[in-house]
Amino acid sequence: MKRRVFTLVLWVAGLGVAHADTVAPGDVVWQDGTIPQSLTGVAGDPAEGAKVLSSKSIGNCIACHEVTALADVPFHGEVGPLLDGAGDRWTEAELRAILVNSKEVFPDSVMPSFYRVDGFIRPGKAYTGKAADDTFGPLLTAQQIEDAVAFLMTLD
Amino acid sequence: MKANTLHFAALGFAAALAAAPALADENAELIINGEIEIVTRTAAPAHLDGAFDEILSGWRFRSDETQSMEMDDFDNPGMIWVDAAREVWATPDGSEGKACADCHGAPEDMAGVRPVYPKWNETAGEVFTLQMMMNDCRVNRMGAEPWGTDKGQSIPMEALLASVSRGMPMDVAIDGPAAETWEMGRELYYTRFGQLELSCASCHEDNYGNMIRADHLSQGQTNGFPTYRLKNTKLNGVHSRFKGCVRDTRAETFNPGSPEFVALELYVASRGNGLSVEGPSVRN
Ligand code: HEC
Ligand code: HEC
Repeated sequence: MKRRVFTLVLWVAGLGVAHADTVAPGDVVWQDGTIPQSLTGVAGDPAEGAKVLSSKSIGNCIACHEVTALADVPFHGEVGPLLDGAGDRWTEAELRAILVNSKEVFPDSVMPSFYRVDGFIRPGKAYTGKAADDTFGPLLTAQQIEDAVAFLMTLD
Repeated sequence: MKANTLHFAALGFAAALAAAPALADENAELIINGEIEIVTRTAAPAHLDGAFDEILSGWRFRSDETQSMEMDDFDNPGMIWVDAAREVWATPDGSEGKACADCHGAPEDMAGVRPVYPKWNETAGEVFTLQMMMNDCRVNRMGAEPWGTDKGQSIPMEALLASVSRGMPMDVAIDGPAAETWEMGRELYYTRFGQLELSCASCHEDNYGNMIRADHLSQGQTNGFPTYRLKNTKLNGVHSRFKGCVRDTRAETFNPGSPEFVALELYVASRGNGLSVEGPSVRN
């Protein structure tokens, strides 16, 4: 019994350490419509970011956007603009803002907000069609946002 | 500053894409069995207030192979259920010992029914979908158990009733006592549901003709229902389709048969007024 409690305490403490510098969705600091501060303090990894954009089960960005650099992944959508050159057109702080909450940058955009947890109408539990429960979280983790931004910055 | 100039460029690009939908074969026309002419493109009804210039059946957005499956009843897998429903039509059920045929004659005598549903039902004091009307007959005239929404015999029977109206223009009434339900449906159509905050209009009004990953977005019309889908190899009802689309916005869906989906069915059907009844259609 005692040992169990001890393990649990250690595990919780471990989580705390790993996430110490992570900014929660509600605490993101905006500056003139941009987010200059990293959400994790850990540099984004462009290779991981490429996975975020391509994978159906992560960002699924190419459902709506075409990206020439990801041409080996089939089926890019046409709902949003081509992302080639995004790293030239936008600063890192602007890209972070577009991903965290697209609606702050493009009012009424069909692009989802990837790091926001409130203000939804009938939010569901992922793609089950059931109501959201206590597992509800942002579409991407803070580090996935950083990785995606890092990848977008390589698009020139 | 950089951001501001570039928003404009990004928006311009999105608009250019939306203006040039890449349809499979823009000029293909649908004639079933070499005789039933189907209107798959026509002027938008006035109540759409200019949202579209013209309305297009989902058939126009499918590949050549999928399109051709609907051009001959022998190639249309949905017709298997239509044939099965003909038997149910003629078979007595319930405490009154009556069949549909006893009151209505041949299924062909029901031509013209499908295009006007969903429709206000005076006795019930609410808008009835075709499935609700079928169940009203079953319960009140046959003394039989109602069928579930989009379940059991509902879909085959709906497909039979659609098939005998193929080629007739969809023509649901949206005024008079149905107006309130229609307004509710319109409200739902433009509500951005779920964690992805997408409305029906986000995909089917603002982006029809565009690809969303591997899917070619249509206007989301309902004139082809019930629909045989290659994806699940069975006939699908309108409410089940709505449920799937709402689920895909990471939302808590409504259930087939719910007042919300009845209202949405009326509203979406009205967006297709003028397109021919096509059911059972073939889609992917
Ligand atoms: C449902 C569609 C959709 C999805 C999914 C989506 N976007 Fe977008 N995105 C848009 C649209 C549309 C715009 C253009 C802004 C507008 O008009 O609303 C846009 C704009 C952008 C822009 C700025 C455009 C430019 O100039 O390059 C970037 C960057 C971007 N998106 C990145 C992403 C990333 C990264 C993801 C995934 C993590 C993503 N988007 C997912 C629809 C989408
Ligand atoms: C995320 C995008 C998306 C949203 C939001 C969405 N749909 Fe769809 N819908 C699709 C796709 C993809 C298909 C399959 C291709 C097609 O026919 O457009 C489809 C198909 C349909 C069809 C079948 C059309 C046919 O000819 O067989 C109907 C009807 C429909 N949707 C209605 C709706 C309604 C009503 C809503 C809102 C409650 C809605 N959709 C919301 C993506 C969406």
